[in-house]
Amino acid sequence: MAEQHPQSHGRDAHGGHDEHESHGSLKSYVIGFVLSLVLTAIPLIVVLNDMVTGTAANVVLLGTAVLQFVVQLFFFMHLKEEKKPRFNLLALILGLVIVMTIVAGSIWIMTYNSVG
Amino acid sequence: MKINSLSDFFVTGDPLIYGADVAIGLTMVAVVLVLTLFKRWGWLWREWLTTVDHKRIGIMYVIASLLMLFRGGMDALLMRTQLAMPDMEFLKPDHYNSIFTTHGVIMILFMAMPLMFGLFNLVVPLQIGARDVAFPFLNSLSFWLFFMGAMLFNLSFVIGGSPDAGWLSYPPLSERMFSPGVGQDFYIWGIQISGIGSLMTGINFIVTILKMRAPGMKLMKMPMFSWSVLSSCLTIILAFPILTVTLALLFIDRYFGAHFFTLDGGGNPMMYINLIWMWGHPEVYIVILPAFGIFSEVVATFSRKKLFGYKSMVFALMSISLFSFFTWAHHFFTMGSGADVNAFFALTTMLIAIPTGVKVFNWLFTMFRGKITFESPMLWTMGFIPCFVVGGMTGVLLSVAPADFQFHNSYFLIAHFHQVLIGGVAFGYFSGLYYWWPKVFGFKLNEKIGKYAFWFWNIGFYVCFMPQYVLGLMGMTRRVSTYGWDSGWWEWNFVSTIGGFLMGIGFLFQVWQILHSIKFMERVSGDPWNGRTLEWSIPSPAPAYNFATIPQVQERDDWWATKERKAQGVPEQPRAPLEPIHMPKNSGIPIIMSAFWFMAGFGLVFDWLWIAIPGLIGVAGSMLAHSFNYNTDYYIPVDEIESTEAAAGRVV
Repeated sequence: MAEQHPQSHGRDAHGGHDEHESHGSLKSYVIGFVLSLVLTAIPLIVVLNDMVTGTAANVVLLGTAVLQFVVQLFFFMHLKEEKKPRFNLLALILGLVIVMTIVAGSIWIMTYNSVG
Repeated sequence: MKINSLSDFFVTGDPLIYGADVAIGLTMVAVVLVLTLFKRWGWLWREWLTTVDHKRIGIMYVIASLLMLFRGGMDALLMRTQLAMPDMEFLKPDHYNSIFTTHGVIMILFMAMPLMFGLFNLVVPLQIGARDVAFPFLNSLSFWLFFMGAMLFNLSFVIGGSPDAGWLSYPPLSERMFSPGVGQDFYIWGIQISGIGSLMTGINFIVTILKMRAPGMKLMKMPMFSWSVLSSCLTIILAFPILTVTLALLFIDRYFGAHFFTLDGGGNPMMYINLIWMWGHPEVYIVILPAFGIFSEVVATFSRKKLFGYKSMVFALMSISLFSFFTWAHHFFTMGSGADVNAFFALTTMLIAIPTGVKVFNWLFTMFRGKITFESPMLWTMGFIPCFVVGGMTGVLLSVAPADFQFHNSYFLIAHFHQVLIGGVAFGYFSGLYYWWPKVFGFKLNEKIGKYAFWFWNIGFYVCFMPQYVLGLMGMTRRVSTYGWDSGWWEWNFVSTIGGFLMGIGFLFQVWQILHSIKFMERVSGDPWNGRTLEWSIPSPAPAYNFATIPQVQERDDWWATKERKAQGVPEQPRAPLEPIHMPKNSGIPIIMSAFWFMAGFGLVFDWLWIAIPGLIGVAGSMLAHSFNYNTDYYIPVDEIESTEAAAGRVV
């Protein structure tokens, strides 16, 4: 972006919404909303009613959580509609790599480190 | 904490502290008197405290960090004095604990980081042909948050007592049970408040570099310092949240009695060590990467050659910033995570030395057959290369996990990290300061005094830290406040102390150099070093708007290429006509909001909610006030640009 924009929250930022890419339609918002409701309901119903327990419950919880994350990204964060260069996507991937490192690394390192 | 008397509030009992009290009091009185006598309050507020100009914010960062260098350096000299002879009774053990803690925190978080941010601010927008950073208001807020955080931390040594659990404040020692005083709370809030600022600076410079480069400056034509800033900032935004969360958990432990890191109640202090180094290791790369960028600029400029291996340099910078996230466990090989974990992290640590080695060769090949001159910036670079190579090598020795069981927490380690942090980071930032000083202030620093400063620092460094490698191998561990005659350590310690004071003299020479150069000011042109990149194409100091017309970039070292074209008589491209320049307006909100943060932090330190809650309300109020402020920008008219440029001797 060659344009000089020293003050981001200057006056042109206010009327400037139309410069950006489109932000989805009513249809996509409704689909996203319904999907996220369903993905919230599934684990609640399944786990609260003891339909699955133990490892299976964990799998259901984590699986629906990941799907929920994807729904949020595509329907509300508009990840797919980003113009090139896709900085948001890159930042997301980098962030995920680091988060995975933190979680998996900590679990691995702490396996043999327990107090008492 | 319950405060029963004034002596619970003010630190008492030590003549050194009383001396500091008097010095602080006198300095404050003097500052207020001078400002009032010369009627400078309005000027200070309008021109500096409320500024959103990246160049002025950069100068304030540099001043603050040099003051912090003085404080951290004094801590170092106090420690070296205590260790000069066996059985010294200069500092009591608890006082010694406070001093090594504050020395570490201040040198990394309140000296290296702000000096680095200062250089980012002074250089990056000029180097990429931009008129300011992407978010100037946020930039000012970042500075004031750092400043208030640093002041809150520094306050602890006269009010309430300093933290004394080491610079990373490991639990269980840093928990309420073993550190009941307020020192740890000062530590947490000082770092948290300035940490918000660091994170915002990281975001600010990533956006600035990605979005605000001059037209034609593709990423692969960007100057190397800007690349290093990008890599450092990427590391900042991924690493600092880990620090924030870790310290927040420690705060919850201390304040609400939770059990994340306690020994009882299911807590595990080792988890803290694991988490804090996930920030701590990337942190050392955050501070060294920009130094690599500085050396790349300096070596190319003073060898009169383009940088050797530009692409490999970019690759090395970016891979270091990513790899820095995969080595953290080498800080606690001895914790007992098992052979697999240690082997993995030993390997990643050895691997990260490779891109660093690539850089060293690139600098050497850049110098090869260059027309090298040894002005101050180059001198510091020459001091850096051997020092950093040796420091890096001892790092590789430490990365050998089985051997580390011997080196761990010994003076060998202390010598290693001081060698990479002084030889790499401090020398690098000094080199950068000398290099860009004329651009910032319009005059050069005196070369002769600078050479004295350099040699005192450089020789002092080796005299101070080479003996510490030996001491480490002889079995001296870090953080011991004294030792006996029978240990056989005193000769090496005594030599080391002499080296510490030599570096102190080096610092005094630098202060003298600055004062002398201000007094006998020799004005320089916009391009005193025969530079290569865009910042040298504009007057020194740069006008408020930096570039009268935004340059069209064609080459990698664009200013050098422009000068070459001129020498060959190629007609210059016609410049675009001047247009009014859109500028951000100054704002008092950043300093006010940060002052409220200071209040909130201070209140939380002492558990005085009657201070903390109004402070937090003030923070929220400041945010609200800024949200509804639409009067944030103005335009510089064309005739004002013309007169400014004419005053700088330029025709537009």
